[in-house]
Amino acid sequence: MSKERKVVVTPETTWKETTPGGIIIDAGNAEDFKTGDWRSMKPIWLQDKCKQCLLCYPVCPDTSILINEEGKRVDFDYDHCKGCGVCVEVCPFDAIDFVEEE
Amino acid sequence: MAIRDRLSGNEAVAVAMKQINPDVVAAFPITPSTEVPQYFSSFVSDGKVDTEFVPVESEHSAMSACIGAQAAGARTITATSANGLALMWEMLYIAASSRLPVTLAVVNRALSGPINIHNDHSDSMGARDSGWIQLYGETNQEAYDNLIQAIRIGEHPDVMLPVMCCYDGFITSHAVENIELVEDEKVKEFVGDYKPEHYLNNAANPVAMGPLDLQNHYFEHKRQQAEAMKNAKKVILEIAAEYEKLTGRKYGLFEEYKMDDAEVAVVVINSTAGTAKYVVDQLREKGVKAGLIKIRVYRPFPVEEIAAALSKCKAVAVMDKADSFNAAGGPLFTDITSALYGRVDGVKVINYIYGLGGRDVKTDDIEVVYNELLEIVKTGQVKSVYNYLGVRE
Repeated sequence: MSKERKVVVTPETTWKETTPGGIIIDAGNAEDFKTGDWRSMKPIWLQDKCKQCLLCYPVCPDTSILINEEGKRVDFDYDHCKGCGVCVEVCPFDAIDFVEEE
Repeated sequence: MAIRDRLSGNEAVAVAMKQINPDVVAAFPITPSTEVPQYFSSFVSDGKVDTEFVPVESEHSAMSACIGAQAAGARTITATSANGLALMWEMLYIAASSRLPVTLAVVNRALSGPINIHNDHSDSMGARDSGWIQLYGETNQEAYDNLIQAIRIGEHPDVMLPVMCCYDGFITSHAVENIELVEDEKVKEFVGDYKPEHYLNNAANPVAMGPLDLQNHYFEHKRQQAEAMKNAKKVILEIAAEYEKLTGRKYGLFEEYKMDDAEVAVVVINSTAGTAKYVVDQLREKGVKAGLIKIRVYRPFPVEEIAAALSKCKAVAVMDKADSFNAAGGPLFTDITSALYGRVDGVKVINYIYGLGGRDVKTDDIEVVYNELLEIVKTGQVKSVYNYLGVRE
């Protein structure tokens, strides 16, 4: 968990503690939940082939391509990447491999 | 000073809506509820309210728009009947489970088919497990008073549930009766402003509503919703007490009519109570200890209170203006007998399905019911539990 939360919802949260009607009180709390385990295909970043063109970054529907402080892409956030493969399609340099999830 | 007027039930509800001055009304016309949004839309075009009126293309859309508006932070009201309520079905559950206190005037009408526009309770009875609070009113006065109280009940922080205010189509909705209205400013003060803790249009505290809620959390939210319904009983009585101070009119979970020493009693909902009270008076003149209970709050169902109220009776007839088609008895009958089970022993309870599709219910019909109860008291025998009243055999 990277941010302060007003309500921390965990698998142990009781009905007395949870939010009414399942309201999500904290904007952006999706990062608290590891949803990458849905993935059946996995993108692999091939650093040697990557030209840092960053065409992959804006097409990721899940913000799972992380950018460092220097503005360069780094490895995937596999906790949230669903393996949709859009980044694989868009890469002009074949710098993203696409393999079956183990 | 209260305002004396004469209004139909639908006019009375539209006037209550005008006085409440909700932020949004989204509605679609259906007989016999059509007049409610019709009168209200004239208040909108005449500038008498500040409401955003959304003329939608169906009742599903009406309830969807109400849910969206209420989630955004708007106080929202709509009205419907019968198949209109049925078309709202999916969204009724979403309003309740999202804990959005939408207020809905249900003008009770028989649900098709065969197609019929007249009064029975098959529409709202079908919605009894949707998670909505259900209030029922015998007269235009009760329809008016219930709607004003519904705003406060639903929005209470311990409740946060939508509220249906039901009254009989044509019999109550279209009959003009005397009524005492509360002054505009007093209604305004009574209902106050809608101040939800969380709402979508709150830029300072953005939230998301209606998210996916799977095995790990759905059950907790349903348990929480059930607790809100339990809390509602206390809140309904608190609001009623406050309303009584304002108007002098007393409301409870149900009305007890000559029940103090009653040996035989009828339990009934809505306008038929008026006819039945007349019969009770006639029987009392003959020395028969007859009484009547009229349900006001059907959801939450006041089990302990009903059991206590019926505990001294010898025989009780539960009148259902809707059938359950469970081959066992109508919905109110099922709830009353469940309330008595384990709490009260020895009261004989029978069920009458009556008045379906607007079949007229006369004093003679109600007398048949009381006579059957007196026969049960005399013989100690129940010939038939599940009965039909006023159908051609």
